[in-house]
Amino acid sequence: MSDALTKARLLLWGGAAFLFLLLPLVFSGGFSLSMLSQMGIMVIFALSYNMLLGQTGLLSFGHAVYFGLAAFVTAHAINFVEVGALGLPISLMPLVGGMTGLFFSLILGFVTTRRPGTPFAMISLGIAEMVAASALMFTTFFGGEGGIVTNRTAGGVNWGISYGPQIQVYYLIAVWCFVSMVLMFAITRTPLGRIANAVRDNPERAQFVGYNPTRVRWIMMSLAGFFAGIAGALATINYEIITAEALGLMASGNVVLMAFIGGIGQFWGPIIGAVLVTWLQSALSNFTQAWLLYFGLLFLLIILFSPGGISNLVTIHLPAWRAGVVKRLMPSYGYALLTGGLTLIGVIGVIELLYRGALFVGVHAVIPWIASGLMILIGGFFLRRAIRAVRQVWDDLSPELARWS
Amino acid sequence: MEFFLITLLNSLSYGLLLFMLSSGLTLIFSMMGVLNFAHASFYMLGAYFAYQTGLVFGFWPALFLAPILVGIVGAITERYGLRKVHQFGHVAELLFTFGLAYVIEEVVHLIWGRAPVDYRIPESLNFTLFTLFNTQYPAYRAFMMLVSIGMLISLFLVLTKTRIGMIVQASLTHPDMVQALGHNVPRVFMFVFAGGCALAGLAGVLGGNLFITEPGMAFAVGSIVFVVVVLGGMGSLVGAFIASLLIGSIQTFSVALDLSFLDLMIGLGVTIDPDSNWYGGLSITISQMAPVLPYLLMVLMLIVRPRGLMGTREG
Amino acid sequence: MELGETMNPKALVLSDVRKQFGQTKIINGVNLEIVAGERHALIGPNGAGKSTLFNLISGRFPVSSGSISLHGSEITNKEPQVINRLGLSRSFQITNIFPKLSVFENLRCSVLWALGYRYSFFRRVSALHDARESAEQTLAMIGLENRRKKMAGELTYAEQRALEIGITIASGADVVLLDEPTAGMSRSETDAAVALISRVTEGKTLLMVEHDMGVVFNIADRISVLVYGEVIATGTPDEIRMNKKVQEAYLGTQLEEDEGSLT
Repeated sequence: MSDALTKARLLLWGGAAFLFLLLPLVFSGGFSLSMLSQMGIMVIFALSYNMLLGQTGLLSFGHAVYFGLAAFVTAHAINFVEVGALGLPISLMPLVGGMTGLFFSLILGFVTTRRPGTPFAMISLGIAEMVAASALMFTTFFGGEGGIVTNRTAGGVNWGISYGPQIQVYYLIAVWCFVSMVLMFAITRTPLGRIANAVRDNPERAQFVGYNPTRVRWIMMSLAGFFAGIAGALATINYEIITAEALGLMASGNVVLMAFIGGIGQFWGPIIGAVLVTWLQSALSNFTQAWLLYFGLLFLLIILFSPGGISNLVTIHLPAWRAGVVKRLMPSYGYALLTGGLTLIGVIGVIELLYRGALFVGVHAVIPWIASGLMILIGGFFLRRAIRAVRQVWDDLSPELARWS
Repeated sequence: MEFFLITLLNSLSYGLLLFMLSSGLTLIFSMMGVLNFAHASFYMLGAYFAYQTGLVFGFWPALFLAPILVGIVGAITERYGLRKVHQFGHVAELLFTFGLAYVIEEVVHLIWGRAPVDYRIPESLNFTLFTLFNTQYPAYRAFMMLVSIGMLISLFLVLTKTRIGMIVQASLTHPDMVQALGHNVPRVFMFVFAGGCALAGLAGVLGGNLFITEPGMAFAVGSIVFVVVVLGGMGSLVGAFIASLLIGSIQTFSVALDLSFLDLMIGLGVTIDPDSNWYGGLSITISQMAPVLPYLLMVLMLIVRPRGLMGTREG
Repeated sequence: MELGETMNPKALVLSDVRKQFGQTKIINGVNLEIVAGERHALIGPNGAGKSTLFNLISGRFPVSSGSISLHGSEITNKEPQVINRLGLSRSFQITNIFPKLSVFENLRCSVLWALGYRYSFFRRVSALHDARESAEQTLAMIGLENRRKKMAGELTYAEQRALEIGITIASGADVVLLDEPTAGMSRSETDAAVALISRVTEGKTLLMVEHDMGVVFNIADRISVLVYGEVIATGTPDEIRMNKKVQEAYLGTQLEEDEGSLT
């Protein structure tokens, strides 16, 4: 069993590596390339976040602190390289970031990991606020409003790599992203990774089998800080500028969204989340001012209807797939898709109409308003029935699926 | 002396405003175990609703209408959102309110735009109440304090004299028992959530025109309110009250103090070389440090006494 | 039975242990000596403080005064994980497992510390053969081999109780505390549980809280009776049966009923 599993896993990782290599050849435009780079950074960041939330059960609202601090330290390190005060190749700068993240998460984690749950969430938020507020105070280090500017070509040309062209930066990110992914996956398969799951499930019982839950949380948080730091350093190299926004609440919130939308229950969930959210952010923000709203709504919908995120939607269908009954789900899914689509168009219509002219100024186009409203009403009405139909099919299938789960 | 008295009055009014927010948050947390991340968003909604209804009906009706409207929004949120998420546990609930804060801010963008709205102190209250030495004290701040204290007293009366207040109070200390006694807990939850939101809305009505009504106001106040709740001890109303006043004064006083450690050291006769590495750090004034102080206090509290000032639960 | 004699070393010694919550005194000066290798049952009416005493011994609550030692070393008010590492393991009256881990993983997590893997994040857990074998052995012992991949939270109640015991004994601790292992079980489940307990505690020191007198007299070498936070008697099952104080305070009618079913 485990042989086949190992083979399948190797194949999967090989496929991932191949994808990293291939992607820029397919999406070679400047815009796509910078988006791919950003996705790589965010994949590391979101995965590192899931070491906390998904694996250890720590809901942090301040994970960007480690990302941001590492980014700043890296920016200064690169600037030191530029003036010749430091001799470190740019390719290894993510290590500087990683160590910075590790350093700060060791210190702050010591204070914050004593209690899980809501207190941890609040404390992480408070610390994030404290660091963000300090960033505006210590302008020498954080560069105030303008941030710290750096130059990724500071290391000169080594083996033909100058990090001038974006494609070189992409491959640097790809390599680090791949390595980080493998490492973070490996950690889930170690004694620590397993005990982190145990502490997440039942910290008290973990104590009675010899483990100190606080210590487990602290180590996991430190490791998460390390990987967040790698992501932060890559961000500095990628953008060549870093501002206090990178360690602010919005950035911390963003990674929560990514991990959760992708799904915190599976290792690969946050990867999906990071890719999707990054894509939505740049794609949607080109089309509409309301993209953040769509985003928030998507998040709420997922919490309300699929708290396991997108990856969970996939895994709950695996038994149906194995049993070969996916076909029977399709009609009700089609129904739901159709009615959901109609409702969605209506909602989008209303939101966009609101944005076109503020509500109280008055938008004179009456017909779009009525059309959108009707679509929401009709679509919503049938959507409810469609959801009921989907539930019905699942209930009918459940005895058959029980054997396959 | 003059500076001290005026600043003290200002911190009192600000502290009471904070308590209006933190009391609702505390009640909701004690009752339902949910830390309402969107609490400050309801504060923001209060300000915007007051602005909007004020345009139609004037300030005084808005003072009553806006909190009620916010309460209704809160009730809907509880009934159709939180209650559904409840089965998935506290983390999901927390994340739900987090997402809600996001959405409310965006909806405010959508309806009222990104710039501040012109929500003003009503003419009838826009005068100087008294002049202390040379500083004028605005009547609106006094009015704010009056409303806050009125709210404080009515909250006290509702909690101690009414049936639902008894249930709420009992659940502060014995949440399981209340459930076991067979009260319609879901409805009480909705009531408490709506009530807490309405309190936040009232704070928004009062604070929105004194400070500024803009889409960023929720995030600005939200994290301070969390600090208050952590400092006071999660789930303790008395703690929230003390911490509100404490944070209120710290913020008000520190903003007003233009002193730095450097000044202190010079006062003590110590000289520091301006080229020294320490010079930059020491010359930071207290007013520059003001935004950090509450959080610093919170972190210190967590190290020294993790359950907060008056907290009994370890969380 | 000769086990109560002083020749054997003491596994667990409680001297004048007291515990009060606020003004309420739960444990009023308990003195108890558990001899290494014996099976000792702690009985007493509801509210006598049996579970509290377990919580004090295992470090879940701090004691108000008094001292507890394990194999001669002081464990009073030490943290649960520290006490566990010294070789004391316990189960819970209310099932306390890792609900989202598989049954196998529950057991493997329970042996990791004892095997010295601590917080290691450099080794693959699947490559740790001793941990795997240890978990497999326990799995076989508690009879859940065919449930190994199931999430612990999805097991039946009796299976969860078995897993609860499995987690407790997996690490090989030589002093085992079982808190009402048969609570809420049917007759046949209880019989299976008794067999399981006898099997898994072979060669270990067992201290057990139990309400089911059938189980107690079946398993225990010695019995202590706890009433209102005090040990009123300690002795072999026969001595306890004959003890006047015990009969007055607690056993009385109940014992006769149970004995009827026993003999």
